[in-house]
Amino acid sequence: MTDLTLAAGAVERHLRARRDAGRGLLMPYVTGGITPGWTDYLRAFAAAGADAIEVGLPFSDPTLDGVTIQRASDTALARGASTRRILADLSGVPDLGVPLVASTYYNLVLHDGPEAFCAALRGAGVAGLIVPDLPVHEADELTDVAAASGIELVLLASPATPQPRLAEIAGRSRGFVYAVSVMGTTGERAALAASAAELTERIRRVSDRPVLLGFGISTPDQAREARRHADGVVVGAAVMRRVLDGAGPDDLRAFLAPLRQALDQECDRPR
Amino acid sequence: MRNVPPWREPAPPGGTMGEPRTRGRFGEYGGRYAPESLVEACREVDEAFRDAWADPGFRGALARLLAVHAGRPTPLTPADRLSEALGVRLCLKREDLTHTGSHKINNVLGQALLATRMGRRRLIAETGAGQHGVATATAAALLGLEATVFMGERDIERQALNVFRMRMLGAEVVPVTAGSRTLKDATSEAMRHWVGATGDSHYCIGSVVGPDPYPWMVREFQRIIGDEARAQCAAELRTGVPDYVVACVGGGSNAAGTFAGFADTRALLVGVEAEGGAGASRGRLGVMHGCRSLFLQDDDGQITQAHSIAAGLDYPGVGPEHAHLRDLGRARYVTVSDEEAAAAAVRLARTEGIVPALESAHALAWVIRAAGDGELPAGSTVLMTLSGRGDKDVSTLKELL
Ligand SMILES: Cc1ncc(COP(=O)(O)O)c(C=O)c1O
Repeated sequence: MTDLTLAAGAVERHLRARRDAGRGLLMPYVTGGITPGWTDYLRAFAAAGADAIEVGLPFSDPTLDGVTIQRASDTALARGASTRRILADLSGVPDLGVPLVASTYYNLVLHDGPEAFCAALRGAGVAGLIVPDLPVHEADELTDVAAASGIELVLLASPATPQPRLAEIAGRSRGFVYAVSVMGTTGERAALAASAAELTERIRRVSDRPVLLGFGISTPDQAREARRHADGVVVGAAVMRRVLDGAGPDDLRAFLAPLRQALDQECDRPR
Repeated sequence: MRNVPPWREPAPPGGTMGEPRTRGRFGEYGGRYAPESLVEACREVDEAFRDAWADPGFRGALARLLAVHAGRPTPLTPADRLSEALGVRLCLKREDLTHTGSHKINNVLGQALLATRMGRRRLIAETGAGQHGVATATAAALLGLEATVFMGERDIERQALNVFRMRMLGAEVVPVTAGSRTLKDATSEAMRHWVGATGDSHYCIGSVVGPDPYPWMVREFQRIIGDEARAQCAAELRTGVPDYVVACVGGGSNAAGTFAGFADTRALLVGVEAEGGAGASRGRLGVMHGCRSLFLQDDDGQITQAHSIAAGLDYPGVGPEHAHLRDLGRARYVTVSDEEAAAAAVRLARTEGIVPALESAHALAWVIRAAGDGELPAGSTVLMTLSGRGDKDVSTLKELL
């Protein structure tokens, strides 16, 4: 595995190092441009102990998002958010010590062309990219270009993904593998789906790349449970619901603290 | 890993409308740009469709449903009085005479039968004009399936009659409040819903859009329009094949089905879009709703809202095969305004005693315009698909006239 570790990009090296030190990984999400001072949320995330930060570039037709992130995207777009402006905002943010991972739909990548798009991400200090409507079999057009630009293209795995395809996804994903915990869209859920454990276990069988569980994780208990199976969690809708309700950076820091704590406690236990 | 993306490969000659190339590609368009959670479901639909389409038993069962339930074959009606006034010979392929009143039933009966074969108990659909929703509700009732239809709030207001029909047929109509509250948003919502329902539900897409295999499968289910029309033209027209084959284009299913019957002839294919929903005419390369095609977008790459008097043409994109036919030059795409379409609807009513759907009236409006300005040479023969009847549009027309 040393070969893989050496070849890994910044996001993966960072996450592997923290994982190997026994830390449960936390990646909060924010929709870029959601409020005038939205980059303050990034600082709050870092202060709350985030290990990576996902920044959504809003798209008009987000087919994998539930109502909360849909509403966040609409709000940001109505405020005049665009890829260009969000990346310009990011360029002004000093190094937070954790990697930034952009997420968006493929139309926005194609709009400028994969090369220009990746170069713009890189220029804004973004190191990873998640494209939920770009499955592995359509990713050829972007993978090499992203790699050449120093952008780690993260692929998603789903509970419905058959095992051979899962091996391909885990093998071609960069940074980490995004394990979609449930057959559904983004959004808060009452409990962690049983499919989350099974999917993570199946990814483990074919790869030792870091695995982050996302979709529906919103409470410390769910984070703790997710940590038993995966290397960490992505928290999106639960953050954005609070932002839409007017929560400021300090409120989000307070919201993330118990999640951070839950992840830390879980890793203190013998695994 | 390949260095040359498959869409740089030279296009096949002639646009014969056969099976799409590797990975559901029509030239550089198409593909399966679906969330990973839907990829396996798409693969299952693909496998089931290939298997069914090669099975004479399935084909026979579908042909029987189309005959005894949907009323096929539909007639070819020479529009004599209008033809005389226009100086061309216009024949109408009468999809308005199918049960439920539009071509949508052809595709839906095919997909509903496929869903049954796949052991699915429920159909999910999106609808704009309501015709696809009504067709889905009808097929579900006929085959004992449940149906959930997503429809933009704005379309629910515009198409109250069809909403009532769907509910009467036992379907659940779910209002979509996001975005423009029209077909685009209903489609996004149906896809999101499908992500959580792949186990027991089949997503019955209403046009030649969406992830592979839908554009191809829906075109094959609609091919019956073109195949029937081809044989009917051979009997009706002195020239055998019409000079022009014209159909309106929303997503493009009635046009694709019609064109498929004439792709290997010298007929000129014309797709007519609404001015405010002209994906093929004014769209840019993009990816939405699972496929790579042409979509109306702003300078930031956001999909823009379409506007048309015809709810069924109110879609900011076009099916990938149409984008490909356009690139090949095999088909031409033109646009018509709301006013021209409304005037054409009235003209057909008064000359032929047929009230067309506003969608179909777009195709007719182009024929009228092109005959008037000499683009259609005097005496040329024109086949036009009348995709649906206008009952659903009377309240819209009442406000306008
Ligand atoms: C009567 C009628 N014609 C045409 C259309 C446009 O769809 P398509 O382009 O798929 O044929 C619709 C869609 O609702 C319709 O109801």
